Amino acid sequence: MHHALSIKHFAKSFGVLSVFEDISLSVDKQEFVSIIGPSGCGKSTLFHILAGVDKATSGELFLDKKKITDSRGKFGYMPQDASLLPWKTVLENVMIGPRISGLAKTKAQEKATELLEKFNLQNFTNHYPATLSGGMQQRVALLRTVLFNPSFLLLDEPFGSLDALTRQDAQLWLLEVFKEFRSSVLFITHDIQEAILLSDRIYVFSSRPAKIMKEVPVNLPRPRKLTDLTSPRAVALEKQLFSLLKQTKK
Amino acid sequence: MKKLLIYLPAFLLLLLLLVAWEAIVDLFNINPQVLPAPSAIVSVFADHAVILVPHILTTLLETLLGLLFAVIFGVFVAILLRLSSLVRKALYPLLIISQTIPIIALAPLLLIWFGFTILPKVIIVTMVCFFPITVAFADGMEKVSPQIITLLQSMKATRLQILFIAELPGALPSFFSGLRIASAYSVTGAIVGEYVGGYQGLGIYMQNAAHSYAVNLVFVVIIITSLLSIFLFAAVVLLEKILIPWNRGK
Repeated sequence: MHHALSIKHFAKSFGVLSVFEDISLSVDKQEFVSIIGPSGCGKSTLFHILAGVDKATSGELFLDKKKITDSRGKFGYMPQDASLLPWKTVLENVMIGPRISGLAKTKAQEKATELLEKFNLQNFTNHYPATLSGGMQQRVALLRTVLFNPSFLLLDEPFGSLDALTRQDAQLWLLEVFKEFRSSVLFITHDIQEAILLSDRIYVFSSRPAKIMKEVPVNLPRPRKLTDLTSPRAVALEKQLFSLLKQTKK
Repeated sequence: MKKLLIYLPAFLLLLLLLVAWEAIVDLFNINPQVLPAPSAIVSVFADHAVILVPHILTTLLETLLGLLFAVIFGVFVAILLRLSSLVRKALYPLLIISQTIPIIALAPLLLIWFGFTILPKVIIVTMVCFFPITVAFADGMEKVSPQIITLLQSMKATRLQILFIAELPGALPSFFSGLRIASAYSVTGAIVGEYVGGYQGLGIYMQNAAHSYAVNLVFVVIIITSLLSIFLFAAVVLLEKILIPWNRGK
């Protein structure tokens, strides 16, 4: 059910523009791994390749040690904005994944309803996305991703557009979803604290052409809470990551 | 009630213009054969209402049939343009060129080919309405968020699934702006078609009235024509409200 991912020597260029040159990274089963790095360092391009909507110029992708060439459908991918379909209700949005995979409508409805109830969104089932707050939209989009494929999630800065308070709520909520499904997660963010709060390991990317500057284990016990961010370990980690990110800007 | 209040200034202005018209005709003693007063037009309207009904119905039938065919062809062609770049390259320039042909000039030809039936009129309405519908609908499909398309592709959606889940519903608002423009043109299209020849219809009635210098009857037909257009326009707006519930209140 859960998958381990490893990427070996990924390179991507658009013509003469090299986005990244030699990226190798791995995510273990049920591991939460974050990527932080400056904007425009090719993190989203990496996700496009993993999601199967773009191709790497070179490199290999392994899922549970098997080499994968067409990775479409293998990951639950959530793009940067919520990308909810405005003409579909919350319920209809959440059931898109199973519907595309060919599941009957009533079955998909059942599954989506169950999931929305479990994560306290049952009151919004028949709402259109435009009537929801930004935080709610992101939650719906995340549940849609989970319902399509909970085994491995690719989350591209899901909370980047939210204000600080809403973002904290959403982060804690994501930890609950993660605990429930024990998905393997690869997570892109700009926010150092967010990366520390959520992850087991963090990769720091350099600016373009991107390389992996450092791989940092988090080593904080789970389940996590917001106060964990003030522990000495977290504070030290934050300082370390901050100085690493500062170097990328040079 | 509040919504109706918005139209109050326009209604008052119209009333003012009608009063001025009445006064001028009265004051300068203008020959009713040249310019009849509004009151005279209203009384002629009442006298001829029964005679006018079959003409109105004929014109309305031609208009609705023409609009229907324009919608069918327009949606079909727009989908073809979207799905195949070869069709787009071949057809799009021709579509633009076709718009430079004066449709009035085609009317006599259609009469020669199809006779005094309603067919030439329906074809003219279709030709007038086809272009705005096609262009608006094709545009609307183009405007669907690329992130949504990427998301669906990552879920392994087929080309047709993307069309039905994202592009067709996403293009509905644009489709309706095209249909609104088309509906405003459509009645005039039918009248132009009838001018060239036929047995029944508002265009024919108007020509007969003009030939016998019944200027007040010409005005009656003009008013009916514009009322029909307004009625069609309102029907499209209502249909839009029903079919696009997610935009309501915006």
